Amino acid sequence: MEKEILLEVRHLSIGFESYNAKVEKVIFNAISDLSLTVHKGEIVAIVGSSGSGKSLLAHAVMNILPDNARTGGTMFYKGELLTPERMNRLRGHEIAFIPQSVAFLDPLMQVGEQVVGTLGEKARALQQKAFEHFGLKQSVAKLYPFQLSGGMARRVLLSTSYVAETEMIIADEPTPGLDLKIAIEALKDFRLLADQGKGVILITHDIDLALHVADKIAIFYDGRVVETADTQTFRGDGQGLKHPYSRALFHALPQNGFNLQRCPKCGATCATWNVDEKGMRCGCGNS
Amino acid sequence: MAILEVKHVDFRYGSGPWILKDISFSVEEGERVAILGPSGYGKSSLAKVIAGYLQPQGGEVLWEGKPLPPSGFCPIQLIYQHPEKALNPRWKMKDSLEEAGVPSGEVLTEMGIQEKWYERWPNELSGGELQRFCVARVLKPETRLLICDEMTTMLDAINQAHIWNFVLSYAEKHNMTLLAITHNQYLADQVATRVLRIPELNHIQVDRSEL
Repeated sequence: MEKEILLEVRHLSIGFESYNAKVEKVIFNAISDLSLTVHKGEIVAIVGSSGSGKSLLAHAVMNILPDNARTGGTMFYKGELLTPERMNRLRGHEIAFIPQSVAFLDPLMQVGEQVVGTLGEKARALQQKAFEHFGLKQSVAKLYPFQLSGGMARRVLLSTSYVAETEMIIADEPTPGLDLKIAIEALKDFRLLADQGKGVILITHDIDLALHVADKIAIFYDGRVVETADTQTFRGDGQGLKHPYSRALFHALPQNGFNLQRCPKCGATCATWNVDEKGMRCGCGNS
Repeated sequence: MAILEVKHVDFRYGSGPWILKDISFSVEEGERVAILGPSGYGKSSLAKVIAGYLQPQGGEVLWEGKPLPPSGFCPIQLIYQHPEKALNPRWKMKDSLEEAGVPSGEVLTEMGIQEKWYERWPNELSGGELQRFCVARVLKPETRLLICDEMTTMLDAINQAHIWNFVLSYAEKHNMTLLAITHNQYLADQVATRVLRIPELNHIQVDRSEL
């Protein structure tokens, strides 16, 4: 059975405009051509090296990129074109975002109020329920972000998506700093939401955690999706993975042998190789 | 004979709650020990106490039966989780790399450090590239014990395996002792010859709501 498509990103590109020392305008391209589809009832995990543009994708969908960003490509949500205006209406209501940095909390606002947000008094009870769910004391609601530890702030961020009646959640690294129990608890919540027919994008570099809950795993490298694989292909010996980079990533996991391929000519490990659409090869010229 | 002895160490920041309470263990020369545990149990504080960056309020840390030497190249070196915090942002990469002497050519080649990075500032390299510099600059004969505090948690699996594989082979070849601090059971099993669990080691009450 084909599931209904919730979000579709087609040929997204993101560049940043800036000025160089000669006051000439230069554009730095961070993402060149990226496509991704999320169906209803699905968790898509995005994994990949740091700096590969994972967070930028999330910011582009949420329309919260900085002013000097230039984007290309199209996005569809529930079959309709997702324009910046439409996104601004949906943001925080139908589509919730859990940012990577705890610095996204307003430093001058009590965290309880931030969780209630613009949803009004009806969300108050939900906020209390969310805090209870994530093991935060009710007194925490009256605190300001600087009074929280990293893990507490992270749980406040998770609470913000818990109260909104969302159709879709984009979570950008929601688990670092959390202890494993709470991290798994938070991921189970995502699973629960997905099982109710919602969509989740889970950006993470922790493949182990992603494998616990995700349906599909999109592997990012340098602003591109090199492969979207079913979670099952990440089990066993990893032979179901198509792209050499995905396979290298799989075999490098501590539980899968911790192995890296070496260049037969110069002996450099594949951590230093170049990666493109077709494969990966060593910089010494031997493929 | 134990090369490192941690004896009844207690530590807290200022007059805050105790972070470390009555921690004792020892490490033999050439061993690879992993300290495994969830966040909030004082893993990183313990690393800093052992490396001499923090002074314990109680107990002692002994290196070859004596306190750590107060000057000279410290035989215990520490690699942090965040390389961007370990490097001076106002020093070019070459200066940080060669602060305590030029690393051997073997180390530089194996870590894939390119000379074109030497003149760059730390904010112009990725986390994985910075961490290679941090590792390369401590892999010297003077380093006898290397503490790796979540050395690769910020990195993808390929960079993680790359750095660890080289550190392990270097340690083997030069009889360097390793102390790895991690929350990842698989990684601990992969790199260590002995695993210690910090909740069993550290006699503190952790208030889980504050983590």
